[in-house]
Amino acid sequence: MTKTLLSGNEAIARGAWEAGVEIAAAYPGTPSTEILQTLATYDGVYAEWSANEKVALDVAIGAAYAGKRALAAMKHVGLNVASESLFYSSYTGVNAGLVIITADDPGMHSSQNEQDNRNYARFAKVPMLEPSNSQEAKDFTMLAFDLSEQFDTPVLVRSTTRVSHAKSVVALGERTTYPQRKYVKNPAKYVMVPSNARGRHPVIEERLERLREWAETAEVNRIEWGDRKLGIVSAGAAYNYAREVFPEASFLKLGMAWPLPERLIREFAAAVDELVVVEELDPFIENWIRALGIPVRGKDIFPMVGEFTLGVVREAAERAGLLPSDGGAPVQPLADLPSRPPVMCAGCGHRDVFWLLRKLKVVINSDIGCYSLAVVPPLEATDTIGCMGASIGVASGMARAGLGTQRGRPRKNVAVIGDSTFFHSGIPALASAVYNQTPITVVVLDNRNTGMTGHQGNPASGDTLQGRPGKRIDIAAVARAMGVEYVAAVESRDWDALEKALREALDFPGPAVVVSHDICVFREHYTREPYRIIEDACNGCTLCFRIGCPAILKSDVIDVDSGRPKAYIDPAQCVGCGQCYDVCARQAIEPGAPIEFQL
Amino acid sequence: MNITNFLVTGVGGQGTLLAADIIAEVGLAQGLEAKKSEVHGMAQRGGVVVSHVRWGERVYSPLVSVGAVDYLIGQEIVEGMRFLHYLKPGGLLLLSSETLPPPSLTLSKIKYPAPEEALEAARKVTDRVVFIAAPKLAEELGNRRVANTILLGALSAQMPEVDPKFWLDVIVRRVPQKAVEVNREAFELGRKMGQEIAP
Repeated sequence: MTKTLLSGNEAIARGAWEAGVEIAAAYPGTPSTEILQTLATYDGVYAEWSANEKVALDVAIGAAYAGKRALAAMKHVGLNVASESLFYSSYTGVNAGLVIITADDPGMHSSQNEQDNRNYARFAKVPMLEPSNSQEAKDFTMLAFDLSEQFDTPVLVRSTTRVSHAKSVVALGERTTYPQRKYVKNPAKYVMVPSNARGRHPVIEERLERLREWAETAEVNRIEWGDRKLGIVSAGAAYNYAREVFPEASFLKLGMAWPLPERLIREFAAAVDELVVVEELDPFIENWIRALGIPVRGKDIFPMVGEFTLGVVREAAERAGLLPSDGGAPVQPLADLPSRPPVMCAGCGHRDVFWLLRKLKVVINSDIGCYSLAVVPPLEATDTIGCMGASIGVASGMARAGLGTQRGRPRKNVAVIGDSTFFHSGIPALASAVYNQTPITVVVLDNRNTGMTGHQGNPASGDTLQGRPGKRIDIAAVARAMGVEYVAAVESRDWDALEKALREALDFPGPAVVVSHDICVFREHYTREPYRIIEDACNGCTLCFRIGCPAILKSDVIDVDSGRPKAYIDPAQCVGCGQCYDVCARQAIEPGAPIEFQL
Repeated sequence: MNITNFLVTGVGGQGTLLAADIIAEVGLAQGLEAKKSEVHGMAQRGGVVVSHVRWGERVYSPLVSVGAVDYLIGQEIVEGMRFLHYLKPGGLLLLSSETLPPPSLTLSKIKYPAPEEALEAARKVTDRVVFIAAPKLAEELGNRRVANTILLGALSAQMPEVDPKFWLDVIVRRVPQKAVEVNREAFELGRKMGQEIAP
């Protein structure tokens, strides 16, 4: 058997493939993105980027109804978007196996919250498996397909950043394929009008009880006996840390997060002197055990907030007296090191838009994407960011409520949203604004890919996950078709046209849309060599520093008159966009020569 | 539990993840369990990249702890310094002379530190420091991208318990076909540099 090092995401994809998955859909989102990217490379699988997570889940549900094993993958907040589909599919059940991956992000490495999606399993009354490493990620994904068919239910598999993005050894197997299950029309099962749904509710309650019974003896829930003074209940990534921090203790390792096995927990609790739950984020297992009337500790020891590490678990255990303290204070990181926050790339077209919007002194209701980075210095342009697609609705509310006056004129606000986010959930909000004639300005930053998650294709680019022919959707045409009466489409590098369009949109009495074609330097290239500072002309005024381009650095040369360092353009990073040239007030920047392409 | 902990730190685009992959695979090649972890996302160029690698008979956590790193490989001066507190007393710091000043410095009073400052800070934690002019040496070999292989060569010299064949096998497998020879040279050069101080 071949063994190889795989990330949890690669292992989930491998498990799905070995389990015979044929249809897979997702919307990109850290830390889940690589699942579909990996699945897309396997033979015998149709894989797509859907416009959002709900669509992805509906696609997977439809494929499962039609009789083929199907998978949908998303980050934790993606399941919020897809939750309505999760709930109805719990009622309808499946035909062929349906597995939904939720990749949670404790510590919020790349997310707006750290919700604990184990709660969804309980809420939607569906089973959830929770792997701790890549081998389990593969095995549990395969098991999830079997469980789905055995119990006629969608099955959730919950990963977290430290499972999805950690690599460990996985034993590879062969793919098993299954003949397509026959689809039989059955409205009582698949049509969730109230009269049918009433019939389904008792079915899912009864299903949950059978699943609980299954969990009592499931191999994924196992006791590892050690010293019986301390019994640890743990799951997922937290198990890895707990296992190292408490090498002597007895463990109940729960591979199934929901439903939880009552008899197994009682048996374990009765055999140990003290019962402690080590779980990341919410006291999900702890509260359930406490509800059984079993004395248990958990969140009084370990934090409810943030990602666990060995250090977090060890220090909490020491503070609680579960472990002797080594007494040493941890070494502190060095202070005053240069920070290196993520920044917009050199040449990123989003910078043009935010630079001009700042000049117009508008309130900016922004959205989720690379352009979220406009909130950090030096741009510091953004007023609000909530979730995918929130910008347009929030902007509408702000516009209706009014923002007072600014220099004697009404203060204005602008919704800023990326192309992928526009198709994800911006369109209904724009429809609402058009329908109600709410006077908002929407700026769509169209860089024709889903940038933050790694430059995936989307409806604005037209390129598809597996390279099948797709179709590009023109955002300006969408806006016009929806009845927006002011629509401008401009190039972000054309500051005159962009500023004119923004001003006209802000003055327009109804909903207005400006589609800015922002070059993404990962997909399109500028045609000039690196720009250069003309040292004699630069007086170190810092204006070009304020656009926040990573190619612009401080020179070692100090301007004699101002005493400030001059600017320096790093030719290794400059992509020849000319933003600095446009902003420089002293003509101290020389454009790079045009690059001649040879055909 | 006898576990060897590595931390590889650098800046997006420097090949941090590949270097860490290679270290993890060398662990596997010896028949050990190996785990590796880093955070992806925020796909922009130029951010901090940290990769954790652990080898041992049995490894649970994919993350190393502060104060527990045996081998800290800093591919860039500031990113080496930023994670010095992860090093255990007496652990090895392998620091590249690469300097990549972040754009945040343009509007800040903080200065990019000189290599001497980095080495002085490191010596407060450990006396085992190998400072390598990896970018310069790589350029002399005719390929800037082999700087990481030079660092891995130096690391291998500090781990005499591991047969260098394991390192070379993995490197040859993981680098582009046409760059195999220059990577071999880089690895051998790194091994020489790594023998500066006793393992």
